[in-house]
Amino acid sequence: MRFIFKTTYRQDLRLFRDHFQRNWYLALVAGLLVLPILLPDYLVDFSLVLIFGLCALSLMVLAGYTGLVSLGHAAFLGIGAYAHVYLSQDLGLPWIVSVALAAGIAAAAGVLVGLPALRMTGIYLTIATLAFALIIQEVFNHWDSVTGGLRGKAVEKPVIFGVPLRGDAEFYFLCLAFLAAGLWITRNVLRAPTGRAWVAIRDSEIAAQSMGINLAVYKTMAFAYSAAMMGLAGALFAHKIGFLAPDIFTVLLSIQFLLMVVVGGLGSLHGAIFGAICVALLPVLISEARDRVPDWFGQLFGIFGTHIGLDVAAAVDRFVKQPGLEPGIFGLILVLFILFEPQGIYGRWVKIKLYFSLFPLYKSATFARQKSYMKSERLR
Amino acid sequence: MIFFEADALSMDFGGIKAVDGVSFTVEPGEVFTIIGPNGAGKTTIFNLVSRIYDPTDGHLIFLDEEITRLPPHEIAGRGIARTFQNIELFEHATVLQNLLLGRHVHKRTRFVEELLFLPKVRRFELEHRAAAERVIDFLDLQPHRDSPIVNLPYGVRKVVELARALCTEPKLLLLDEPSSGLNVEETDDMAFWIQDIRELLGITVLMVEHDMRLVSAVSDRVLALDYGRLIAAGTASEVQAHPEVIKAYLGG
Repeated sequence: MRFIFKTTYRQDLRLFRDHFQRNWYLALVAGLLVLPILLPDYLVDFSLVLIFGLCALSLMVLAGYTGLVSLGHAAFLGIGAYAHVYLSQDLGLPWIVSVALAAGIAAAAGVLVGLPALRMTGIYLTIATLAFALIIQEVFNHWDSVTGGLRGKAVEKPVIFGVPLRGDAEFYFLCLAFLAAGLWITRNVLRAPTGRAWVAIRDSEIAAQSMGINLAVYKTMAFAYSAAMMGLAGALFAHKIGFLAPDIFTVLLSIQFLLMVVVGGLGSLHGAIFGAICVALLPVLISEARDRVPDWFGQLFGIFGTHIGLDVAAAVDRFVKQPGLEPGIFGLILVLFILFEPQGIYGRWVKIKLYFSLFPLYKSATFARQKSYMKSERLR
Repeated sequence: MIFFEADALSMDFGGIKAVDGVSFTVEPGEVFTIIGPNGAGKTTIFNLVSRIYDPTDGHLIFLDEEITRLPPHEIAGRGIARTFQNIELFEHATVLQNLLLGRHVHKRTRFVEELLFLPKVRRFELEHRAAAERVIDFLDLQPHRDSPIVNLPYGVRKVVELARALCTEPKLLLLDEPSSGLNVEETDDMAFWIQDIRELLGITVLMVEHDMRLVSAVSDRVLALDYGRLIAAGTASEVQAHPEVIKAYLGG
C-alpha cells in the first residue's frame, strides 16, 4: 500500500495524486493514441464512446454533482447539433466559431430550463425537463428552414482551419481532444469554489444558503454549463451520424444519458467515462451477440440430438430478433445497478482497489450503507 | 451603534403564534442564550434571523442595518453564521471540503477563471485552505480532515458544523443547541470552545440551549421564552430562579 506524505497545501490542488497515478494516465493516453492502429474496424464505435463521454460528463455535472436530474438532455444535444450544422453549412461560418456558438446557444437554452428549476426540486424538475425535451423535438420537426424538418439534414465532414477531416481516425482524434479538454475544465471547476457550491446544493440546500451560496445563480450556472457541454457534444455527434433527423433526439436518448451517469456512478468523473463506455459499446455487443448466441444454444442443446439443438437455436433466434430487446436490456441494467451497486461501476472499482491494497484485512462492512438519520425535516 | 437587535419579532404559522412580539438586543462580545421548553419558538427565532422564514411582523437590525428582508444567502456575507439543531452538513463531501464551503462568502474568483484554474484561483484556494486549517487547529479536527462526513460519528459532525460556521469568519455566531446529542465530555469541550470563540476570536455568540449546566457556564445573559413570548431575561441564575420560568418548565 502506497502512503502519501502530505507536506504542502498545493498537493491537494494537483490534478493527479502522485507520479504513479500520473504515469497511469499517461499510459492511458498513449493507449488511446495508438488505438486507431490496433483496432481500425471499431473506430466509429470508439468515436461514439468519446462523444457519449462528453454527454455523460455534462449530465454528471448536473445530476451527479448538483443533484438536478434531467430527462431532457437529448434536447440540448439536438440544439447543439442543429445549431452547428445550420451555422456552418447554411451560414458558412468557420467550424470553430460555429461549434462555439452552438455551445453558447445550448447554454442559453440551459438557462431557460434552469430558471423554472429554481422553484422545483426532485421529480418535478425531472418532469419539467422531460416536457422541455418534447417541446424541442416538435421544434425540430416543424422549423423547416433551419432543421430541414422531417426530411432531415445531411451533415458534411468537418473542415477545421481549411483542413478537411475525411478519415475516421482524424475524427476520432478530434473527439478525443474535445473529451480531454472537457474533462480538464470540469475538473478545474470542481476543485474551485463553484464546483464546491454545486456539491453543497446537492447535499443540503438549506445549509448551502446559510453559507452564502445563491441557489438561483448556482443552479442556473450548472444548467448552463451542462447544456453548453452537451451542445459541444451535439456538434461532434452531428458529424458522427452524418444525417440529422428529429427522431434521433428522443426521450430514449435522454434515458441513455441518465443510464450512463447512474451505471458509471453518480458524483464521479471516472463514473461518467465508465458509463459512457458501457452504454456506447453495449449495442455493439448486443448486435454481435444476436448473431452468435443462437448458435451457442444450438450447440449446447445439440448434445440431446441435432433436432432439439436446431429447435432451440431457432427459438433463441426468434427471441433475440424481437424488437425492443435493447431498451429492455438497458432498463434491466439500470434496475440491477440501483439495487446492487448504487455507486455504479466507479463505486465497485473503488472497492476492488481497496480490497487489493488491504489484502487479507478487507471487510465488506467498510462500505455498508448507513441510514442517514437526524435530518431536519421541518426545513424542507 | 446597535450590534444586533430583534424588535417586536413575530411569526405566525397559520393560527399558531410561534414567536409573539419578542424584543431583545445582543451586545458585541457576549454570549447570549435563549432557553425555553419544547415548542417555545427558539429555533424559529434562529430561522428568522438566518432569513429562512419571513417574519410576520417586527424588525431585525444587525450593525445598524435592517436585515429583515434580505435574501437568505446574503446573511452569511453580512457576518452572521449558524449551525443547525440536527446538523446540516454536506454529507458526501469531506470535512475539508465542508470547511472550504464555509469560505464561500470570501470567494473572489470568477467562473471563467475557475474553468482554466488560473494562478489567481490557485492563490485564493491556498488562502482558503490556510484559513480552514486555522479552524481545524482551533477545534482539533486534524484526524478527520480528509474523511467524508458520512463516516464520522455524531459528536464529530457537531464540531465540524461549528468549524464550518467559523470558517465564514462571522461577527455573530448562531448556535442551535450545540450540546444536543453530545455526551458529558463532549459537552465540556463545547463549553471551552464557546468560551474560546468569544475570548480568543472575539465572536459574539447567540445560542439556543437546553443543558442548563452549559448555559450557566458560558452565558453572559439568558432570555427565557414560552409559547413564543418572552417570560424572563437576566443572568443565568436570575432566569433559573424566576417563578415564570419554573412554572413554564414544571407546570403549576
